[in-house]
Amino acid sequence: MEDIYQERILDHNEQPYHRGKAPRPTHAHQDDNPLCGDFVHVDLTIDQDGKVQEAWFEGDGCCISQAAASMLMEAIEGRSVDDLKRFTAEEMLKLFGPKLTPNRQKCCLLAWRVVQTALYSPISSAGPRGPEGDA
Amino acid sequence: MSIAPAVSFDVEALRADFPILATKVHGELPLVYFDNAATTQRPRQVIQSLVDVYEKHYANVHRGIHWLSEQSTDLYAEAREKARAFVNARQPEEVIFTYGTTEGINLVARAWGDANVRAGDEILLTEMEHHSNLVPWQQLAARTGAVLRYVPFSQEGLLELGELPRLLTGRTKLFAFTAASNVLGTINPVADLVRQAHEVGAIALVDAAQSAGHQATDVQSTGADFLAFSGHKLMGPTGVGVLYGRRELLEAMPPFLGGGSMIRRVTLDGFEPADLPARFEAGTPPIVPAIGLGAAIDYLRGVGLENVHRYEQLLTRRAHEVLASVKGVRIFGPAPDQKSSIVSFTLEGVHAHDVAQLLDRQGIAVRAGHHCTMPLHKKLRVAATSRASFYFYNTLEEVDRLGPALEEVKRRFRRT
Repeated sequence: MEDIYQERILDHNEQPYHRGKAPRPTHAHQDDNPLCGDFVHVDLTIDQDGKVQEAWFEGDGCCISQAAASMLMEAIEGRSVDDLKRFTAEEMLKLFGPKLTPNRQKCCLLAWRVVQTALYSPISSAGPRGPEGDA
Repeated sequence: MSIAPAVSFDVEALRADFPILATKVHGELPLVYFDNAATTQRPRQVIQSLVDVYEKHYANVHRGIHWLSEQSTDLYAEAREKARAFVNARQPEEVIFTYGTTEGINLVARAWGDANVRAGDEILLTEMEHHSNLVPWQQLAARTGAVLRYVPFSQEGLLELGELPRLLTGRTKLFAFTAASNVLGTINPVADLVRQAHEVGAIALVDAAQSAGHQATDVQSTGADFLAFSGHKLMGPTGVGVLYGRRELLEAMPPFLGGGSMIRRVTLDGFEPADLPARFEAGTPPIVPAIGLGAAIDYLRGVGLENVHRYEQLLTRRAHEVLASVKGVRIFGPAPDQKSSIVSFTLEGVHAHDVAQLLDRQGIAVRAGHHCTMPLHKKLRVAATSRASFYFYNTLEEVDRLGPALEEVKRRFRRT
């Protein structure tokens, strides 16, 4: 079995890309994985051309959920909303790398789920839940 | 370490009764099964009892006027008698077979609760309850307007008994609590809690899911009005549990589930419920699981609950010692002598799921998560814990493996 806890993943877990609040987010969403209590909050800054300028996350959870969030933030910046709406769960698992059991796939897909909803969640119309939400 | 209590059984000989304990996981690693609070394993005597019923005695119970049905009915009745003796109930009719602890508690919340609880009445619970002893009461409160109150627990994971006089009042209709916490391991003083509930006229329900397989259960000496446990946590099959209820209470309760078996007579205008225990066993009951539970009770009786408890204390003490020697480990719950064989912990800088996954890679099965106690974890201010839980077939050598295994987890996470 391929090692989940390889250097690249531990690095993302310990030194995540864009962990924090986006300076001027236009879209945001937060969700948790009730099975384990892990949560991820995502802020997106989407420009007028429909491109993700910045992607930031906050969260708490296992190495897989947090490393996956970090990888995803890095991967989606610069991409268009239309493009990201077609970004499948399959592709997220591929981006993560090592093969995961179904239970751990849920950890990996948490940030992906949050991003998919965030794309449809402009901050003005529906206020996002803060990261202190009851995770 | 204090003097080892005498253990009058041969652990290796007992282990030989459990075929699954010889399993190699991930191809080559000997299985170290430390997830006994979730479910125990079964000895071949229990497995064989199921095979025997299906091969030689199986038919539906009560109804068939034929030889096999009589056999099956007798075995089912025998299982009930074994369960009665196991909890020391006065009569077998006070033993209701359910599918598990969850159904037992829901049965009481529905049947007794709806008939006896009114708006403004209070139900007292504790902050260390499993969701199965929280949600049914939250549902009852939502239906009736009753108020839920909670006995807090202390830093050490013990119930704050000093709060009881304030919380148990003339408004309290029922006090439902766990005999042993499935996370903290805390063994609660059941008889004392029941007595205090009775002093204010409240009914006491004991969630014995985590205690029944580990310490003696005695509804007469503790005075429990209701007590529920699951078969699979004491080597029985899944899909069967026991609800004990004091006869007067059960007789005054309307049926819970409606259907076959639970009726004496049915017309198009209505029905007349059956007597106990059939009144609360609608439909075809868990015949074979109940018979298997009887076999598990026999096995447990052979080992001796007193022996089980003493030996588990030894394992738990050792686990505390081993875990305390690993830097970064935080153990939850009280000292080992106040605990059942459950040790929950966190490892600094490594999430509980990652701990569990990396222990599994070394052949050690533990559970990680909130263990169906989200309010408890919220109070502890941790999202998740890892939990090692033992049974009498675990060995001190297995417990010792936790130390180096956790050091390996730390090494993998670059935390050393």
